[in-house]
Amino acid sequence: MASEKRPSKRLGRERLQRIIDLCKSVEERGLDPFIVDVEDLIAVVREYFPQWELPEDLCLDAETIHQLSSVIKHQSDWVKHRSTSLYTDPFLLEEKIRRLSGGELASLFIRAWNPIVEMEQLSLRGLVEALSYWQSLLPLNERWAKTITLEREMGAATREELIKQRIMAEKAFSEELEALWTELRERTGKGGKIRYWDFIGADTYEETVERAYMTSFLVTYGYATLEIHRLEEEVFIKPFEKPESLVEKKDVVSVPFSIGEEDWRKWKEGV
Amino acid sequence: MEGRGLKRKAYYARRIRRAARLLFYRRHRKPGVKGWELRRSLGSDYPKILDILDDYLDKLGLQIKTVFEEEKPTEKPTLEQLDKARFYVTLKGGLESKEARLIGWRIDDIAGLAIAISYIIAKKGKAPRQEVEDLLRVKLPGWRADMNLQRYIRSGYLAEDEGGQLYLDWRTRAEVDHDKLVNLLLGGEELKQKILEEIDE
Repeated sequence: MASEKRPSKRLGRERLQRIIDLCKSVEERGLDPFIVDVEDLIAVVREYFPQWELPEDLCLDAETIHQLSSVIKHQSDWVKHRSTSLYTDPFLLEEKIRRLSGGELASLFIRAWNPIVEMEQLSLRGLVEALSYWQSLLPLNERWAKTITLEREMGAATREELIKQRIMAEKAFSEELEALWTELRERTGKGGKIRYWDFIGADTYEETVERAYMTSFLVTYGYATLEIHRLEEEVFIKPFEKPESLVEKKDVVSVPFSIGEEDWRKWKEGV
Repeated sequence: MEGRGLKRKAYYARRIRRAARLLFYRRHRKPGVKGWELRRSLGSDYPKILDILDDYLDKLGLQIKTVFEEEKPTEKPTLEQLDKARFYVTLKGGLESKEARLIGWRIDDIAGLAIAISYIIAKKGKAPRQEVEDLLRVKLPGWRADMNLQRYIRSGYLAEDEGGQLYLDWRTRAEVDHDKLVNLLLGGEELKQKILEEIDE
């Protein structure tokens, strides 16, 4: 029994993506929606539909149908517009524009142009008010003199003082990041991973937030990656042996995490 | 009885003066006044006051133009639609060729604006900037076509989105009679002759 050859899934995905791009370009660039042969494209969608099993493929299929329905709506609007007296053939109009000289065009336009009328004028009342404001306005040197604070003798601040006042961090940012990366590698072992909360969680809530903040940079700068198990609602963090550049990767996504005090308390209590 | 009539007349006269000032002097970045601003300053019967002012202005060749937030309602607009609309004073009946010089625009600039607006109207209100530029370049040097488009956008006649599509902006909606412009452009030789005679004069 000869089995019927089924088209490949990869090709199917490519074809659906091309249909979506075509529909989008019609909408975005204001092209004639009738360049899209909806019937043919629906046949393509139908051909591949029985093969889709993964949620991603089914989403792609739904997106294609959605885009095609937008094109049908555009076609309907197009027909409605053409059937009204408001329709003007753009080619005819373009031809007219090309044939008329600049002077003729300008003369035609000003017959349909009613510019807005505005006035600009100083009133005596406005002048009087402005003068009275000017009289009550203090000279600059007097106004600025008031904002000067008490003078203090100049001196040098120590590194410790700057750290205490939170002007300077105790460690340089890169040093801190490297230290956290080392800690992550030590806690996971080679090729291992650790639960996100187990890694960022600390004795105090403030420290936990700080660790979460620094961990976000570990991931952004390619020192580690996140493993998200959506069904189990669990997130793991996995260090890389060497920092990886994420700039060229196209599928980079941002993952927001809520680090609320309640979440921290639950983690601490081991709930 | 007569005293009440005089009082009523004085009431309207005061409000008409106030309406004229609100409409003629610019109070925001864009000219014109919103309906709700007029209601706050003139009272809830502001549409009636604007009607009386419009009659006065008509004698001077001016008119009050109402530009609705969405498309112009086919029936009598509701108070809510009027509140959201913007009101302007514009010239009435279009300009004569000689008068156009007083506006301070070069004839090339007006022609370019006419081309851009009518092309966008023909394309159902949206056209790629490149196409409009190409059309302008037929009769204007390239640098000028680009400069003119920027000027139309800055003045509020056209708007451009991030996809490079041009739309008609608030000033065109307030100042240009779309249907009339297209009819004039598509008009026959007779109309063209009349305009040529006007230019010769």
